[in-house]
Amino acid sequence: MDLDLMINSIPKLLSATVITLKLLSASLFFGLFVGLLFAILRMNKNIFINKFAYGYSYVFRGTPLLVQIFIIYFGLGQIEYLRSTFLWVILKEPYWCAIIAFTLNTGAYTSEILRSAFQTIKPGIIEAGKSLGISNKIIFYKIQIPIAIRQSLPAYGNEIILMMKGTSLASTVTLMDLTGVAKYIISTTFKPIEVFIVAGGIYLFMTFLIHNLIKYLEKKYSF
Amino acid sequence: MELLAFGKTGWGDELFYATLMTIAVSVTAMLVGFIFALIFTPLKLSKYKSLNLIGNFYTTVIRGVPELLVIYLFFFGGSGAIMYVASIFGYFEYIEINAFITGSMAIGIISGAYSTEVFRGAIQSIDKGQFEAAKVLGVSKFAQFYKIILPQMLRLAIPNLSNVWQITLKDTSLISVTGLVEIMRQSYIAAGSTRDPLFFYSFAAVLYLLLTYLSMKLINKLEAKYSRGY
Repeated sequence: MDLDLMINSIPKLLSATVITLKLLSASLFFGLFVGLLFAILRMNKNIFINKFAYGYSYVFRGTPLLVQIFIIYFGLGQIEYLRSTFLWVILKEPYWCAIIAFTLNTGAYTSEILRSAFQTIKPGIIEAGKSLGISNKIIFYKIQIPIAIRQSLPAYGNEIILMMKGTSLASTVTLMDLTGVAKYIISTTFKPIEVFIVAGGIYLFMTFLIHNLIKYLEKKYSF
Repeated sequence: MELLAFGKTGWGDELFYATLMTIAVSVTAMLVGFIFALIFTPLKLSKYKSLNLIGNFYTTVIRGVPELLVIYLFFFGGSGAIMYVASIFGYFEYIEINAFITGSMAIGIISGAYSTEVFRGAIQSIDKGQFEAAKVLGVSKFAQFYKIILPQMLRLAIPNLSNVWQITLKDTSLISVTGLVEIMRQSYIAAGSTRDPLFFYSFAAVLYLLLTYLSMKLINKLEAKYSRGY
């Protein structure tokens, strides 16, 4: 055990954790909107819209996240037309490519979580709203969405942890996140176990925090 | 389409073998995972606190740390660890472990943590009366597990194990960082030499979709088989 190396690597790994957290929060933020949008599309009665939303979540859940990042980072740059539009400003940055890939990925999982949460809402609650003369729009925003969010908290907590682990793939497109820096230190010092303990410890600590936050929210919004 | 031709002109045969490699790694990793699950599930269910602790440590650490980090640990630390063990037995030559073994061990340990949770859940949801009835009838511990608990457990575990299989299959794409030529690595090589990453990575995505689709079909059949009588 090389304790000096472990202590010396802590500040480097912690500053890389900031990038991991930025990637995580950005993709969760955008992913929630994508997820909600596709969950609503999934419940649409129009078969084409319905199938489209199903196809989206099937493709993104059926392929590895690594493929998705590579298609967006290496693949999209190949389209000449795209390079001439303003989108190129975003797509040439590995940081934004990673966020786009993570957003689309977590969006697919989130849409499934939210869809099943919407489906578990008892029809009686919606009927009660209707019989009280509340408009459909308000029923949706004030009754269905809050209940669905509460229902999906445990599953969404798992998704946050999965996504946190997923951000480690950003290191494959040159970003120096926690895993990227850990790999760099390992490959320069050849001390994999020491670095794994420190980096893994940081990841575990984040898992622990997320887990407890979700538990707290579950308790707070329980009924 | 020429890009996918078999033989020297295209990448069809290379990608075909890469797909077989992905399947081989996934199956090996899943089996390695089962072995780990068979060791750690009893630990998690044990009466002894210290054994529980070991079991919980394994599943918590592996499920809380990114897969890529575990793979790097094995990739950079694997041969070192083997050489250290070998040196105890008086063997000091350089040992290099092949990428297939490192990869399937790393993914297997990850997959094992998920399988352990699935088995634990399945065993816990079997009615206590089943254990007691077996005891009263004088069924041996061995027969109790293999003839009574396991068949019931499998029915409950198969839907969740199919999730573990999907996770394992997708995780094998990460082994490409160690240079093992599976779908992802082969697409990377093909994309680099033809300068057509969009096509090859999209094709890789199609291959993965095909694998997940076909395995779902197969698992559904298994599920139907083990749900007979329900």
